Amino acid sequence: MHLLQTTTSIGETNWVAIIMFFAFVALTMCITYWASRKTKTTSEFYAAGRSITGFQNGLALAGDYMSAASFLGIAGIVAMQGFDGLIYSIGFIVGWPLIMFLIAEPLRNLGKYTFADVVAFRLKQKPIRLAASIGSILTILIYLIAQMVGAGGLIEKLFGLSYEWAVLIVGSVMMCYVLFGGMLATTWVQIIKAVLLLGGATVLVILALSHFDYSVTNLFKTVTAKYGEGALSPGSMFSNPYDALSLGLALMLGTAGLPHILMRFYTVPDAKQARKSVFVATGFIGYFYILTFVIGFSAAALVGREVIKGVNPSGNMAAILLSEYTGGSLFLGFIAAVAFATILAVVAGLTLSGASSIAHDLYVNVFRKGESNEKGEVKVAKMATIGLGVLAIVLGLAFKNQNVAFMVGLAFAVAASANFPALLLSIFWKKFTTKGATWSIVVGALSAIILIVVSPPVMKDIMGYDPIFPLKNPALVSVPLAFITGVIVSLMQPEQEAQEKFEKEKIRTYLGVGAE
Amino acid sequence: MSEQKAHEVLQSPEFKKLTKKRWRVALLLTAIMLVAYFGFLLMVAFDKDFFKQKVGEVTTIAIPIGIGLIVLSWVMTGIYTYWANNFYDKEVEEIKKKL
Repeated sequence: MHLLQTTTSIGETNWVAIIMFFAFVALTMCITYWASRKTKTTSEFYAAGRSITGFQNGLALAGDYMSAASFLGIAGIVAMQGFDGLIYSIGFIVGWPLIMFLIAEPLRNLGKYTFADVVAFRLKQKPIRLAASIGSILTILIYLIAQMVGAGGLIEKLFGLSYEWAVLIVGSVMMCYVLFGGMLATTWVQIIKAVLLLGGATVLVILALSHFDYSVTNLFKTVTAKYGEGALSPGSMFSNPYDALSLGLALMLGTAGLPHILMRFYTVPDAKQARKSVFVATGFIGYFYILTFVIGFSAAALVGREVIKGVNPSGNMAAILLSEYTGGSLFLGFIAAVAFATILAVVAGLTLSGASSIAHDLYVNVFRKGESNEKGEVKVAKMATIGLGVLAIVLGLAFKNQNVAFMVGLAFAVAASANFPALLLSIFWKKFTTKGATWSIVVGALSAIILIVVSPPVMKDIMGYDPIFPLKNPALVSVPLAFITGVIVSLMQPEQEAQEKFEKEKIRTYLGVGAE
Repeated sequence: MSEQKAHEVLQSPEFKKLTKKRWRVALLLTAIMLVAYFGFLLMVAFDKDFFKQKVGEVTTIAIPIGIGLIVLSWVMTGIYTYWANNFYDKEVEEIKKKL
């Protein structure tokens, strides 16, 4: 074997990346200024005045969902372990059809700004709002920490900037978008990011495949010649069937329980556009995951696993190294700036949905018992934005060395256990009660978190004890537990009023009559 | 929209049929997704050799199946959208006229 003569400029200050990133920030700040003049009311702040088209929302959903973790993380797993990376991608996309079939239309018709609107529609506001906001905020905070930690580490490597500065910049720029431009600015940041990311990844794949005469078979041949045929079929990652099912359940149902994704359905005028947005989003996200798969293999074939591992043991830098290999430091700069923009768009969406949960669910519907005045609510939402922004920065700094993939898995597990069962039961099941919903959310959230604490990744790998719970992901237990709790508690004490309202609301659920 | 009209619509056979059909389509499509995805995961867990079969010079069957699942997810959202736009929405409009 000869020694690979690959040098990389990663870690040095890349001026192309910095200039492109500032161009992105300047452009998005102009949009934020434009959006700020159209963002006065609550409906404008939370839902862009319901003025987004189905196609635009589809792109924005894709921009909200395709995080740097999935771009860099999955490309990294494919590069280092082959086919197993694709199993992750599949898990991240199979939840979207479920959103379409079960959630999107009733959610759009019944709700106003948050998914708790739907759960609380026919039940008692206070307990539901309180429980649902805890489920939402918990999911958002964990996801936010994962993004901030990922951002800090990534930018430190890409721009030669310190971790602390990176976290501070991401937090501050994101706060500007949300604070001044609300949902309208956030939407456009996500749309621009989606276009840049999809375009950048497409160019990267074309450049990479040019080394293989544009033949994927040639690419696979090179990969198997270098790393054996095992790279093209499932490896050891999903050997324990229960672990595989549990992770699969968390990814699939978690997608349908992410508050910042669900919130986006309120930005379109009606259920028909909501439906169209899922179709568009699923198409773009699927295309993106197929690109990531090729990017991962190309990185393994062209850059080599040894070099990738040398830069970062987790393999996260595979896509970035491939961009440098295929397009030089100019293209590296471009992809690095896109990765930065990607993180900004995701954290902005997360923070906005967290702020809406605090202001709309907690402040208006719990503390003020449903009495809201527009100005007051927007003000609280903006204060919540600042609070969450500062918290995101502080937590990003505090959790500096946490494993990002683990945190993302945790966020999906909590979303699948706390948010999804209550939301689905409230849409589907006539006999669902206030107590049933509240307990379902509480039990789902608690069991997910407790089981994670006593699971092998935390108890064994971090604390060094024998794990009490055998699975890496809690969803296989915590999701059924949340469903069963919701059903049993509801059956124990029927709520006549809620059942009557369920019948009445059907006209809104199915026909969209009276939807906001 | 009066309370009574709303009540009439809710009780009408057309409305009941429509909601029933909507869930039947939704649940059928959901079931297909669940079977496809969890079937795939179980195959990955229990029969790794199945995926090692070759469909090309080096390409294994795992690759078209994996990519196929991603494409299937998108196609399924397309099927639902097509159904809803062409059948569901029309019936919704019909019923709405009565309100």
